[in-house]
Amino acid sequence: MEGVGVGEFGSILLMQGFNGLSVFSVLVLMALGLAIIFGQMGVINMAHGEFLTIGAYTTFVLSHLTTTYLPSAQPYYFLVAIIVAFVLGGLVGYAVEYLLIRHLYKRPLDSLLATWGLSLVMQQMFRSTFGAKEVSATLPDWLLGSWQPSGTVDIPLNGLFVMVITLLLTCLVALFMYRSRSGLRMRATTQNRVMAGAVGINTAQVDRMTFALGCGIAGVAGAAFTTIGSTGPTSGSLYIVDAFLTVVFGGAQSLLGTLASAFSIAQANSTLEFFITGSSAKVITLLAIIVILMIRPQGLFSSKVRK
Amino acid sequence: MLQVNNLFVAYGQSEVLHGLGFTAAQGEILAVMGRNGMGKSTLFKALIGILPARQGSVRLGGTELVGRASHERVHSGLAYVPQGRGIFSMLSVLDNIRTGLKNARDTIPEEIFALFPVLFDMRNRKGGNLSGGQQQQLAIARALAGNPSVLLLDEPTEGIQPSIIKDLARALREIRSMRNLTIVVSEQVLSFALEVADRLLVIEKGNFVEEVARADADAAKLSAYLSV
Repeated sequence: MEGVGVGEFGSILLMQGFNGLSVFSVLVLMALGLAIIFGQMGVINMAHGEFLTIGAYTTFVLSHLTTTYLPSAQPYYFLVAIIVAFVLGGLVGYAVEYLLIRHLYKRPLDSLLATWGLSLVMQQMFRSTFGAKEVSATLPDWLLGSWQPSGTVDIPLNGLFVMVITLLLTCLVALFMYRSRSGLRMRATTQNRVMAGAVGINTAQVDRMTFALGCGIAGVAGAAFTTIGSTGPTSGSLYIVDAFLTVVFGGAQSLLGTLASAFSIAQANSTLEFFITGSSAKVITLLAIIVILMIRPQGLFSSKVRK
Repeated sequence: MLQVNNLFVAYGQSEVLHGLGFTAAQGEILAVMGRNGMGKSTLFKALIGILPARQGSVRLGGTELVGRASHERVHSGLAYVPQGRGIFSMLSVLDNIRTGLKNARDTIPEEIFALFPVLFDMRNRKGGNLSGGQQQQLAIARALAGNPSVLLLDEPTEGIQPSIIKDLARALREIRSMRNLTIVVSEQVLSFALEVADRLLVIEKGNFVEEVARADADAAKLSAYLSV
């Protein structure tokens, strides 16, 4: 009896830990695009959640099209959907930067209002096109079910899948930011826009690419979300507060900070949830973040350099 | 090489440069001398395109630069080292130099580290953690990475200890003979200007008032222009 008890406790711990990791993945996916746009460009994009919704609806539409016209491709459509969601999110982001954001770089509060307005417009467009009812993409069979390494441990496959996507995306973004010339141009522009221009960097183009990249990543996040929840016109906007919280807590301009912050918020939340109710867990997590930000307003991670 | 004609620059209603002009030949080092507030930095900012010219022309090898964005001017062969150096303090030394490369496949020319060996020793440090003199070298290295035909240096000696100023003068003359490029440098330190330049221009209240080759330069007369 004793042995079974210990084993069960271990299983609960493992599953709870995995649960925390799932929340972590979700937070990272949401925050990654935002960390690029807010952290690198300083633009508060209130419409970021809607780019996520674009990715989710893209997946839904593609799933619908494959089941109707090409049922044999059903197992694979999801991989295509991720790429299409990235491209579509990026394209819309590119257009939004060109038409709206670039006129407001010197007026950050106006860009906040304008993007909030944009988010309302986009939500209504989703509602008019897809209806107010939530929809779900048909998931391929290999995403359903769970992995059972032992009798008492049960790890859902879609959660694992989201984690893998998060891991891949984070690595790709980190590679892009720190190893590619475009990433370097991005970082240089962030630090000193005027000087970046004077060393030969086309800063206007860098801004457009940065914004498009952030929105494309939001699109991928949206595609990944369809595996764990259904999609409605306001799905994305539900996550915007958490995403901003993650970015600010981690320290803007720091990719590692975003990861650390997402990890600590997610683990704190899911561990506390096990002992107390979900909403009190949220309250305690938020209070802790407020206290930490009062002590360290620059966030968890910030580069140390002589001022 | 570099031809500036009838250049007018203003901040809002207050005009700072009143139609000045000069030319700098290939391989020439030209010093622009003047007291604070006479328009040296304004001239340099207008040349690189940070400030718009109200009127006039800036031509580089026949290409008109007025009206072009900074990055386009850099791509046609101009390079700029601002007053205060303007390095990217959060980027590593290597990354700082790489921002000056024009194409994604370019690599940092080896001669840059031959000129400034200290930058190689410090290559993985953040730019902001270098000393003032090292930052100045870094800013010059970054400007040279793009292989420019004209190098603009705005008060390179400001806030740098005297022993390094000597090294800097030597480095600039070495760069000129290595690359045969044109260097336009603004200065308040007369000894540095006399050591580095082939020709000196004195700017006062937004116009050039004196032009002299180094051989004919009268130090007493020039320092009268610079004294407050």
